[in-house]
Amino acid sequence: MNFFLETLIGGLLAGTLYSLVAIGFVLIYKASGVFNFAQGAMLLFAALTFVSLHEQGLPFALALALTVLVMIVGALLIERLVLRPLVNRSQITLFMATLGLSFIIEGLAQGLMGAQVRALDLGIEDVPLFVGEIMISQFDLVASGVSALLVVVLALLFNKTRIGVALRAVADDTRAALSLGINLNRIWQIVWAVAGVVGLVAGLLWGARQGVQFSLSLVVLKALPVLIIGGFTSIGGAIVGGLIVGAAENLAEAYIGPLIGGGITPWFAYFLALIFLYIRPAGLFGDRAIERV
Amino acid sequence: MNLDPTAGKEVSNTPQEVQTMRKTLHKHLLASLFVLGAQALSPVVTQAADNQQFIPMATYRVGAYASSGIPWWAGEIDYFRYINEVEGGINGVKLVWQECETEWNVDRIVECYERYKDGKDGAPTAFFFTHSTPGSYALMEKGAADRIPLIDGAGGRTESTDGSVFPYAFPLLLNYYGQASVGINYIAEREGGFDKLKGKKIVTVYHDSAYGRETQAPMKLLAEKYGFENIQIPVADPGNEQSAQWRQVRQIKPDWVFLRTWGVSTPVGIKTAARFGIPVERIIGDVWAGSEADVIPAGTAAKGYQALAPFPGGDGFEIHQRLRQHILDAGKSDLKDKSYFGKVYYNIGLINAAIAVEALRTAQGKFGNRPLNGEEARWGFEHLDIDAARLKASGFEGLLPPLQLSCSDHEGGGAARVQQWDGEKWVLVTDWIQADRATLRPLIEAKSAAYAKEKGITPRDCAREQ
Amino acid sequence: MTVTVSRLGAVFDEAPLTLVRRSWPVGLPLLLLVAFVVLPWLGNDYWLNAILIPFLVLSLAGLGLNLLTGYTGQTSVGAAGFMAVGAFATYGLLLRVPGLPLPLALIGGGLIAGAVGLLFGIPSSRIKGFYLMVTTLAAQFFLEWVFAKFPWFYNHASSGTISAPRLELFGYSLASPVGRYLLTLSCVVLLTWVAVNLVRSQVGRNWMAIRDMDTAASVIGIPVERYKRLAFAVSSFYLGIAGALWAFAYLGTASAGSFDINRSFQILFIIIIGGMGSIAGNFIGAAFISLTPILLSHAGQWLFDGNVDAGQLQNLQKILFGSLIIWFLIKEPEGLVRLLADLRERIRVWPLRF
Repeated sequence: MNFFLETLIGGLLAGTLYSLVAIGFVLIYKASGVFNFAQGAMLLFAALTFVSLHEQGLPFALALALTVLVMIVGALLIERLVLRPLVNRSQITLFMATLGLSFIIEGLAQGLMGAQVRALDLGIEDVPLFVGEIMISQFDLVASGVSALLVVVLALLFNKTRIGVALRAVADDTRAALSLGINLNRIWQIVWAVAGVVGLVAGLLWGARQGVQFSLSLVVLKALPVLIIGGFTSIGGAIVGGLIVGAAENLAEAYIGPLIGGGITPWFAYFLALIFLYIRPAGLFGDRAIERV
Repeated sequence: MNLDPTAGKEVSNTPQEVQTMRKTLHKHLLASLFVLGAQALSPVVTQAADNQQFIPMATYRVGAYASSGIPWWAGEIDYFRYINEVEGGINGVKLVWQECETEWNVDRIVECYERYKDGKDGAPTAFFFTHSTPGSYALMEKGAADRIPLIDGAGGRTESTDGSVFPYAFPLLLNYYGQASVGINYIAEREGGFDKLKGKKIVTVYHDSAYGRETQAPMKLLAEKYGFENIQIPVADPGNEQSAQWRQVRQIKPDWVFLRTWGVSTPVGIKTAARFGIPVERIIGDVWAGSEADVIPAGTAAKGYQALAPFPGGDGFEIHQRLRQHILDAGKSDLKDKSYFGKVYYNIGLINAAIAVEALRTAQGKFGNRPLNGEEARWGFEHLDIDAARLKASGFEGLLPPLQLSCSDHEGGGAARVQQWDGEKWVLVTDWIQADRATLRPLIEAKSAAYAKEKGITPRDCAREQ
Repeated sequence: MTVTVSRLGAVFDEAPLTLVRRSWPVGLPLLLLVAFVVLPWLGNDYWLNAILIPFLVLSLAGLGLNLLTGYTGQTSVGAAGFMAVGAFATYGLLLRVPGLPLPLALIGGGLIAGAVGLLFGIPSSRIKGFYLMVTTLAAQFFLEWVFAKFPWFYNHASSGTISAPRLELFGYSLASPVGRYLLTLSCVVLLTWVAVNLVRSQVGRNWMAIRDMDTAASVIGIPVERYKRLAFAVSSFYLGIAGALWAFAYLGTASAGSFDINRSFQILFIIIIGGMGSIAGNFIGAAFISLTPILLSHAGQWLFDGNVDAGQLQNLQKILFGSLIIWFLIKEPEGLVRLLADLRERIRVWPLRF
């Protein structure tokens, strides 16, 4: 029983890290209908920038602020060079554009900042905590705390600020929002910048876990099942989806894995997502699309 | 009256016609592209470069494995440069090389091989560094057909140790079976004898790929021999998240853990192990889980971690003094970040380069002081004999054990030292530990015989060849 | 006076046009002659092995994916997974069925791949767009895992790789570069011919209708689900054969890792750059994708005399590819095919532009 609880809790906490990545996707999809495959590359770029600046001797806070600036500039460039020319095109086209974008960002990241693995120390000791017999990772606890905080901040942003309300309007009905005079380009820039910052936070936490290096951008492939399960357009869904994926993955690896030789983590989350797709094609909290001829 | 509204007008092409025309055009263009490309891309032989030996380098400076690749290839290039400039080449034959970036991708390694197997500008290729176990597998038959030895130190196809079936493959220094054996021998040493191994639990956490599974066969054999419990736990590529695996390990409460991972799965593994309370001094990494790139990202969790080192780290060896003087301080090093000088992967590069140079030297002894081809290099590798005196003279004492290859033994050393990470650098904690080659040899021979049967190869008679 | 003939079964509901002669492009026999006779005679090993064969195999793979994504509109990023099925299936057939001739083994491998494609195409009846893409991604990861995990597929070889069994046809060994080149070329020519006919037929038109608006297509009576599954099956058949050729005619060995997600992206790029919904586009896209890295490294060498880090060139290449994808998507979504056609039109009209 203890093993089960431990696996479950560990999985839930690990899932919050997936949610962090997924939130970046949700933000962009909600506001511009673009599935941003480049989120992983943005994560990598942000983490690498931070680590490089920090290594040059800049103090933590300054490096962080500069990285945020870099991500904002990046968002502006992306909106201007990629999104604006492709406005009104199909979703698949935009997805493929972000695929190309991810290649560019990866090339830039490694070209400018090198391909070596860098350690990232956030000052969080990764020692196990014990609640009775159950072992919980301190790092994971902190990570889920950060995710929760981020969700609260984003919720405040969306509900209490003018910009947030404008974002929701754009997500709801773009034409109506335009007719009200909301500057679509500005909204997209803001959304991509916020997604970039979310990517930075996710990148830092993941980087602290496994070192900052190229394979960091592969976490995006883990975020997809989270999005399917939770829905593309809901931040709460991203959290719930992440929890489900994290828990299921860990439990499956522990209980089903030994039956078929282990190592099932690459695809198990995807199969779970497929099952969800059959039951609820738009995810748990997503918007149902209505097709018209 | 003709009521046809389109009469007399230029009929616009139907979609089918357009497509047909497009196809014509494109096929024409394709043909011209080919012809043009043929001029541009055929290997241009300018003038015969006399007295130069060509070495193709299938490097990987970007991608997931770049941390290993960059210092490795720098080590090789620095040593070749040293030979050229300080020793004037190998008996006067200068070395030239060409890099092709492969991102450690097998297809690109094969492409690099194909491009340069016939040499460049008249300088012949004597051997090919695959530095990739999947790459060695992919090139195995091509190397045999083209008669170019494939060099893969501490890697490669284990059964290619048997040179009678694999004349052109050289898993130098320590094949995977040997690694497993050295690991067990070290554990026995720490436990106080082989008899103490009985009943112990040894868990192997391995990268779920061909590379990780190579040691399953020898571990099984050794477990039977010494009576320890052998548990294998896979980690799926790339291994970013290993909580499930290490939770299992904690359940088992092993005496020792053998870490057979590569790339990002190593630091994640070490960190996760610490998180689950597995004492790090009981974790031994294999050759490819024992570099700075593997432990630095793991931070403090890696202090006390040990790894097998057929290629020790450290920059205090004699060769490093010489390199420092002639190459590093003279600004001729391939390293952009000088702090990598003497790190494990840099030394791996040095050692691989040194063995290759010695093999060429040996072959030149027989064939004359000139550039050599693959067949002659093979003879050189098979008759390689680096003894203690040669080690001292070349500056590799302590870095390389005495090495002797032969027709039936393409591995040679079969030994490794063990190094331990103290938080800042690797410290060697043992002398050379030999693998139990006698026990492993029958397994290797069985596998090579199976390969020979499958491919219809008649093994060479090593006893008759000199 | 113009002779007008109404064409039966005309694609468009238009007024009758002049007699249309369906003829093969005049350059085709010449091209085939060059490909089959001249190139093997001229070509050196390097050219055949490292440039032509992968180009042909990638075009075939692009063709397969194009049938699914370009013609039927079902975005798939699992192309490499189906290639893996074909490669391993062909290997298994050659290994376990003694005396099976190579063409039959290839077709068998393709059929097995087609069956697997059909299986993974079943969700397409309920799932569309992105979500279908995720299904194909699941297929990709799952298939990659299966071929790495279960030793039966690679005959319990410790490395998990399959190596080419003896390639021979009617007793002639095909193991030489020329042999493999001719094998690949014949397969590609044959399958392209089939694809061209498929696309011009009712099947092709139904696919294109589904791509353009599947709801409308079902309204006018096209059995959408059946044709979608057919698209998956046929596409996977092509991809399976391409995978087998990639493993045996080009590299000589393969493992699950040769068919990873990067390969899927590569093939997707081929059809984006070459032109989705166009047969010739596959060849152009494949030529582009396979030649550009080589040209880049030669260029880097020539321009900077080898002083540029090979790694930096690689990064540059990534940036270049990514930018090209975006550029094509913005400027010319129909790919190089359309660009070249427009160029031809311009040349035809120049200098009488007005």
